Amino acid sequence: MHPAFQGLLTIIIGVGGCVSYYYFSNQFLDKVLFPARGANIGRNINRANMIRPWLFLFPALLALGLYLAYPVFETLRLSLTERMPGGGSQFVGLDNYTQMLGEPKFWEALQNNFFWLLVVPAMSTAFGLLAAQLTDRISWGNVAKSLIFMPMAISFVGAAVIWKLVYDTRPIDQEQIGVLNALYLWFGGTEPHTWLTIPFWNSFFLMAVLIWIQTGFAMVILSAALRGIPEETVEAAILDGANPFQIFFKIKVPQIMGTIVVVWTTITIVVLKVFDIVFAMTNGQWETQVLANYMYDKLFRANDWGVGSASAMVIMLLVTPILVWNVYNARKEMR
Amino acid sequence: MDNIAGSKSNLTWAVHISVALLVALWVFPTLGLLVSSFRTSDQIATSGWWKAGFPSEQNLTLRTGDPDTQVQDGNVFVVEGNLFDEPGAAEISVFGVTSQDINAYNAGDTAELRNGSKVTVQANGDYRLESAEEITGSRGSRIFVTAQTPPEFTLRNYQNVLFDPSNREGMAKAFFNTLTVTIPATIIPILVAAFAAYALAWMDFPGRALLIAVVVGLLVVPLQLALIPLLKLHNEIGIGKGYLGAWLAHTGFGLPLAIYLLRNYMVGLPRDIIENAKVDGATDFQIFVKIILPLSFPALASFAIFQFLWTWNDLLVALVFLIDSTGETTVMTKQIVELLGTRGGNWEILATSAFVSIAVPLLVFFAMQKYLVRGLLAGSVK
Repeated sequence: MHPAFQGLLTIIIGVGGCVSYYYFSNQFLDKVLFPARGANIGRNINRANMIRPWLFLFPALLALGLYLAYPVFETLRLSLTERMPGGGSQFVGLDNYTQMLGEPKFWEALQNNFFWLLVVPAMSTAFGLLAAQLTDRISWGNVAKSLIFMPMAISFVGAAVIWKLVYDTRPIDQEQIGVLNALYLWFGGTEPHTWLTIPFWNSFFLMAVLIWIQTGFAMVILSAALRGIPEETVEAAILDGANPFQIFFKIKVPQIMGTIVVVWTTITIVVLKVFDIVFAMTNGQWETQVLANYMYDKLFRANDWGVGSASAMVIMLLVTPILVWNVYNARKEMR
Repeated sequence: MDNIAGSKSNLTWAVHISVALLVALWVFPTLGLLVSSFRTSDQIATSGWWKAGFPSEQNLTLRTGDPDTQVQDGNVFVVEGNLFDEPGAAEISVFGVTSQDINAYNAGDTAELRNGSKVTVQANGDYRLESAEEITGSRGSRIFVTAQTPPEFTLRNYQNVLFDPSNREGMAKAFFNTLTVTIPATIIPILVAAFAAYALAWMDFPGRALLIAVVVGLLVVPLQLALIPLLKLHNEIGIGKGYLGAWLAHTGFGLPLAIYLLRNYMVGLPRDIIENAKVDGATDFQIFVKIILPLSFPALASFAIFQFLWTWNDLLVALVFLIDSTGETTVMTKQIVELLGTRGGNWEILATSAFVSIAVPLLVFFAMQKYLVRGLLAGSVK
């Protein structure tokens, strides 16, 4: 069967199945199980209304439980076991973690992730704030915003190709076709560099790609926050003789601090999961390994589920503080 | 608002320039790829894409016509013609007849070849080769020219990548595979999430607050954790690697954001409408289908765009849950990663393939930016 046809069929079956599940389960509840007639009509209606939320929630809860909650515990279990040849597995305690901690590649990945976490959220937020503040003041600001926001729509893989062209290197006697080397030579550099193979600094060239993508996100959110600032505070500052820089740093930024934190943490999560960029551009060579790619290497290249799961748990551990903070805020807000 | 009280900022010009610089910095890389996808491999390899709009100077090695095209003119033998396939394709400035000295003569001059014959080359490529004796050999003489070729763009890359059925590295199949993954993976989570969001927003039941907290918590769970457990599960229940597994995985991973966005939106809908409908005897199912869904269109559209962009651009889920060893179900992102490995230097192929995959999300982005921005704001500023 042609996959496109199969896809169409799945949409029809999937959507039709979902709709008929919701429709018929409601009908069943109201007409068969607790009919709103007869002697117990009042009790029946109440009971039906107690069950109905769970009918609405059931498919979502099933999917969430199976695809997100269960894997957390299963991964934890896998990280404590070793697969035996010929099937089955054996509990090995923390052996996988000790093995992982003994690998230099893991420490390299952890160190790189640390720099990613330091640089990418900071730079994206800073550029986003700059772009938001500047574009709000000019007539063609919306067009400018659109263009800075555009990389959000581009896949990490597409961005990897785009930036590989920027970083391209040709021998010195040929004309450079990568912008970076062309600029470098034009500004007096002596010879072209293969940027992605210079240890330590190459990680920063990869980070540039993610900053380029995430700045638009930061800009959109921060721009909305800047517009929400009460005008009186700015007016008062102007009357008091504040210059534009003072207005920005002393009046505006403190008022949108909450939003800045939200943007920062959201980008932090993206950074922790970053995989495609490294996978497509260097695949962790030349000391650019990051945790997510290290994990992929372990799981699907070395086929070592134990250590792979252990490194996945490290990512989970790093995300947990943000998770707790988000849940705390959400609960506070609901009260 | 900064211009009140007569204090019009004199920094306006600086703002314009800074924004222009920022925009240029952000657009430049993508533009490079777009321009490169319309150039031939020779052009890409010999000059930077930023020079594509200008005539480029190239050193070419061309040949005069074969000796059997010669005609006898009085007592000399003559071969005449144009060096280029299309006359006037480039403008010759200097030329030479030996590879050691390729700019010995100006266009219009007459050069003497080693065998004594004479050749005159005009700027537009017209030449006249004269020899006192009959010209022998199987091929024409080599002429080395330095020529200005006008800027030229071609659609041939797109033709190769998209419409050449014999090209095994083509994107046509991967394009349809991506589409096949994306559409069900966008529609199904919306439906499932909408019902759940309604229950979480407008129905009273014990444990509601806890469930909302769980959804918020699951928002940030990295999908990396799900890879092995779910692959195991898929293999055990017989789905294996394939579209069904990919659709289910995308549905599961997309749900927390979908439920969160839709619930936040639905909670904001006016309570009166819903209570009036209840008083009039509408069931929850009717309220949901006839009132909530139509009113929630902006939120549904926001999430649909997110999920579409995410599934279209995804690589990891496709690698793990979709693409089996036959490679029949490869998606565009995977195809591009493979090209990066095998065709790292062939920028015309890479650029075109990448742009084919980028084009659809960009179209969606520019067409529905309003909803995307709205969704972002609802999703994070809370």
